[in-house]
Amino acid sequence: MERKVVFPQKLLPYLLLAPQIAITLVFFFWPAGQAIWMSTLLQDPFGFSVQFVGLENFQAVLQDPAYLSTMQRTFLFSFGVTALSMIPALLLAVMADRVVRGATAYKTILVVPYAIAPAVAGALWLFLFQPSIGTIAYPLRLIGIDWNPRIDGTDAMIVVLIASAWKQIGYNFLFFLAGLQSIPKSLIEAAAIDGAREIRRFWTIVFPLLSPTTFFLLIVNLTYAFFDTFGVIHAVTQGGPGKSTEVLIYKAWYDGLIAQDLGRSSAQAVILMFIVIGLTVIQFRYIERKVHY
Amino acid sequence: MAEVSLSRVRKVYPGGVEAVKDIDIAIPDGALCVLVGPSGCGKSTLLRMIAGLETITEGDCRIGAGRVNDLDPSDRDIAMVFQNYALYPHMTVYDNMAYGLRNRGTPKDEIEARVQEAARILEISPFLDRKPRALSGGQRQRVAMGRAIVRKPQVFLFDEPLSNLDAKLRIQMRVEIKKLQRALGVTSVYVTHDQLEAMTLADILVVMSKGHVEQQGSPLDLYEKPASTFVASFIGAPPMNLIPVGAGENGPQAPGLTGGRGLAVPAGGATLGVRPEHMIVATGPVPDDALGITFPVSAVEAVGAETFVYGPIGGTGQEIIARLPGKALLAPGTPVSVAAAAEHLHLFATDTGKRLGP
Repeated sequence: MERKVVFPQKLLPYLLLAPQIAITLVFFFWPAGQAIWMSTLLQDPFGFSVQFVGLENFQAVLQDPAYLSTMQRTFLFSFGVTALSMIPALLLAVMADRVVRGATAYKTILVVPYAIAPAVAGALWLFLFQPSIGTIAYPLRLIGIDWNPRIDGTDAMIVVLIASAWKQIGYNFLFFLAGLQSIPKSLIEAAAIDGAREIRRFWTIVFPLLSPTTFFLLIVNLTYAFFDTFGVIHAVTQGGPGKSTEVLIYKAWYDGLIAQDLGRSSAQAVILMFIVIGLTVIQFRYIERKVHY
Repeated sequence: MAEVSLSRVRKVYPGGVEAVKDIDIAIPDGALCVLVGPSGCGKSTLLRMIAGLETITEGDCRIGAGRVNDLDPSDRDIAMVFQNYALYPHMTVYDNMAYGLRNRGTPKDEIEARVQEAARILEISPFLDRKPRALSGGQRQRVAMGRAIVRKPQVFLFDEPLSNLDAKLRIQMRVEIKKLQRALGVTSVYVTHDQLEAMTLADILVVMSKGHVEQQGSPLDLYEKPASTFVASFIGAPPMNLIPVGAGENGPQAPGLTGGRGLAVPAGGATLGVRPEHMIVATGPVPDDALGITFPVSAVEAVGAETFVYGPIGGTGQEIIARLPGKALLAPGTPVSVAAAAEHLHLFATDTGKRLGP
């Protein structure tokens, strides 16, 4: 039985919630509403006339081969970032879980990248891969790998992938570590006595028991890669060379604010909104029900 | 099947805490050895050292002929039942039991046969498809047992396996564990803090205190000839009465005490021990070699089959307990005289607590 907390006053709960509701309304609902409204409008380049066009913007966007290839690229990029940030994070967490001395210092250092602003993280990796003097690019060139994110689309993509993933490792690391530490030690010991060696123990006991954490992080990282990597991409490649590192969020920004096509940009924003709603629904549904043991 | 032997085993934790001090225990093939003692006495540490979950600082641990000090737990051919059962929550009961066999590459049909057999013995066949969280405490306990027996290991290790069960279930499982262990004939080491559990299960009882062995032997030996006041007060419930006595001309001397001739109390005094259940109400004169105690009754607990009588002895304020058969009609405040026969008297040194005499 759930016990209900009953406030004697009717007004108080609303007052307590008011600041949060106000923020949500002003910064989330209002812009979202505006985006939806604008996605149904067609503006002339000089802003003199506005015409209601219904779903035509969506139709145009979804039939645009450039948009579809950006979407494909975005999915590749997002899953790439997710894998590249989660796998090393899990590895580090497993290592850190075994450290006894100096564990706190170790953890702190590993979490630091999360506190770095996206643009700064991007700039950092931009320097490292800077073709002529970059700390990584230079030795690579010496051994014959001509790494140039300025002109090669794939090279550029790898740089933004690494930069975006690197920033997220600390966050994933923390969650994985907490997940690992919540697994009862006696289970690991029981498995050891049951004849499972370290690697087998990991795959048959530890990893399955971590699955709620893993699934949670999967969704969080996908969301991050979809929406929060704008800063990194903007700092490192501006979506280029060509359009080779342009992801959906970058294209929406570019089409609206640089190309000044507000209607189509808004339509893209609305599509992104549905993607994030979809991810959130999956997260709530499945984390609550499916991924349990 | 194998004997287990520990010789001069020590465990020192980094930082210098000595959890286990110089322990020698030899458990013959098929015997059930119970390690008992208060919490913090090192009994669980010792068990975990046999399991390979704790390193052995010094000494040898042997299972069968081989020294296992440096073997991984998985190579020691042991099975362990944990206090919290440590069932794998994401696996079904069947998979929980099959896990250890699969790790060792047992053929599938043999796994099937062994799991079914263990499930039948433990009466958990209907639950094989369930996850542990859908089981009651007693059922989980059985699964944990099942996981141990399917492997047919050389040694069973039990780490307080019954302490999470309610009193009734605990007694029932205690009997079953004993029967199962007998039937399978697997050498076992069992850790508990419950002296009754220890007494009823053990072939060899090892009483531990502060990291060392106080006494080991058959449960009845320990009951009849406790080697120290620690063992005397730990084994038996209610515990043995321990009364400080001085050396008199003809035996022990203390207020309220008579008789006891023949007990060689050293000049500096000693501790006299007598079990509550060895006292009877004295109706006539007490023989010289028996012990007579007269004390005012302060409380009476009648539980039907027997009656516990409490009272302070002669001015010292020390309370003693007499466990009298049947319904002893005594009223609080009235004095009572009880007597214990000579063969039921124990004498311990005051300073070391060690047993004096035979």
